[in-house]
Formats: sequence, C-alpha cells, structure tokens
Amino acid sequence: MAELEAGATAASRRPRPLSPHLQVYKMTLTFVMSGFHRITGFALYFGMVLVAWWLLAAASGPNAYAYFEWFAGSLIGRLVLFGYSWALIHHMLGGIRHLIWDTEHGFEPAERELLAMATIVGSILLTLVVWVIGYFAMGGPR
Amino acid sequence: MSERAQMRTALGRVRGLGAAHSGTGTFWHQRVTSVAGVALTIAVIVIVIALLGRSHATVVQVLGSPIVAIIMLLFIVNMAYHMWIGLQEIIVDYVHEDLLKLASLLANTFYVFTVGFACVYAIFKLSFGV
Repeated sequence: MAELEAGATAASRRPRPLSPHLQVYKMTLTFVMSGFHRITGFALYFGMVLVAWWLLAAASGPNAYAYFEWFAGSLIGRLVLFGYSWALIHHMLGGIRHLIWDTEHGFEPAERELLAMATIVGSILLTLVVWVIGYFAMGGPR
Repeated sequence: MSERAQMRTALGRVRGLGAAHSGTGTFWHQRVTSVAGVALTIAVIVIVIALLGRSHATVVQVLGSPIVAIIMLLFIVNMAYHMWIGLQEIIVDYVHEDLLKLASLLANTFYVFTVGFACVYAIFKLSFGV
C-alpha cells in the first residue's frame, strides 16, 4: 500500500463512484419479489421462536400447552400464525423459483414475470387452502 | 508491486475479498438446505394440521413417535442451518461497521443455536418421555 499512497495524485484521492443501490432502479415485479423473499426469510427467522414455543409447551405439560393454545387461538395469535404460514409458503415458492433459476432456466422476460406472479398468487392461494383444511381439521363450522 | 506479491496467483489475491470473506460454500449449502426444506416444510405443515385442536396427550404421543420426531428433527436442524446462512448474508450486505458486524454475526450464531437446541431438546423430551 505504501507505493500506492506515494503515487497518489489529487485525482486519485477524489471519492470513488459507488455502485448504485436500490433507489436508482425502476420498481419491477421481479425486483419487489426479490425484496419479499428476503423480508419473508427474515420474518421466518424470528418465527422459529413460535415453533420452539409450540414444541417446548408440548414437552412441558398440559398447562404450558393450554397457554400456547390460548395464544394461538386468540385474534393476535391467529393473525401472527396466518402471517407466518403465508411467509413460509411464499418463501418456499420463492425458493423453488430460485432453484429453477439455478438450473439456468426461466430468465426470459415473460418467464420471469410468470414465475413472479405464480409465486405471489400461489402463496396466497396455498395459504388459504392450508387454513381451510386446518379449519375443517379442527371440526369445521360448529 | 513487490516481488512477493507477484508470487501469488490472480485467484489467490482476490480470494476472500467478498463481503462474506469466504467462498461459495454457504451458497451451495443454502441450495442443499432449500431443496430439503421444501419436502420437510410440506411434511411439517401436514403434521401441524393433523395436530390442530388435538388434546395435549395426543400431541405428545404423535410428536414423540419415531417418524414424526425424525421429520421434526430434520426440519429443525435443516432450517436452523438455512436461516443461519440467510441472516449472515443479510448482515454482510447491510452492516458495514466492523464491530457491529461482528456483534451481529455472533448474535446470529447464538440465536440459531439457542432456538435450534430448544426445539431439539423438546423433541427428545417428547420422544423419550423423561
């Protein structure tokens, strides 16, 4: 580094141009979906606490499990679990999209758009399907 | 450039200079755990639906049965590693201050081990009924 600094001129000491970040790009569907994939992954990271709570409650005994069931059945609990299940399914479908890209397929403009739409529509539909099945598994309308 | 520097190959000079200071190992591991994760997540969703609204005794019996317990353990360990890599990637992308980055990477590791082992412990306890 010493020889570099010795040879530094006024021009070379000017701040170097930085690569542009998110804000300079036009919003596109694939761009937004890329963000969604990261955000859902980030949410699922902390959502794992819910899985740990569920398993530890079951392992701890009936009282701890009843407390977890009370939370899961509450309005906030259901909202959190609905969001968790959607994030999980969305991240899973987004991951499959990435695996398709890893095989060097699906990069054409129309294919990219189709994959992005399939991820968002598919994740919402599958989440609803899972909740309807869950609703009937719990006994359906009573 | 000094003679000593010229002894190194072009690859040797740039290796480790990326944001994560390592190679493509975690990239590949993230793919392996994502493929496994698809199958395991579907299996866990089925298990959770099957246990909805069941009594505590039933839940304990099902979660402690060998096949369900093994699926749950595979899910936990696989997803713990997957999310450890994932958050590390987010940290090295956005946290540039050295000390804060170090602290974040440590916190990531501690969190993943704590949550992961909590789940593993719970499944062992459910399986062996101690």
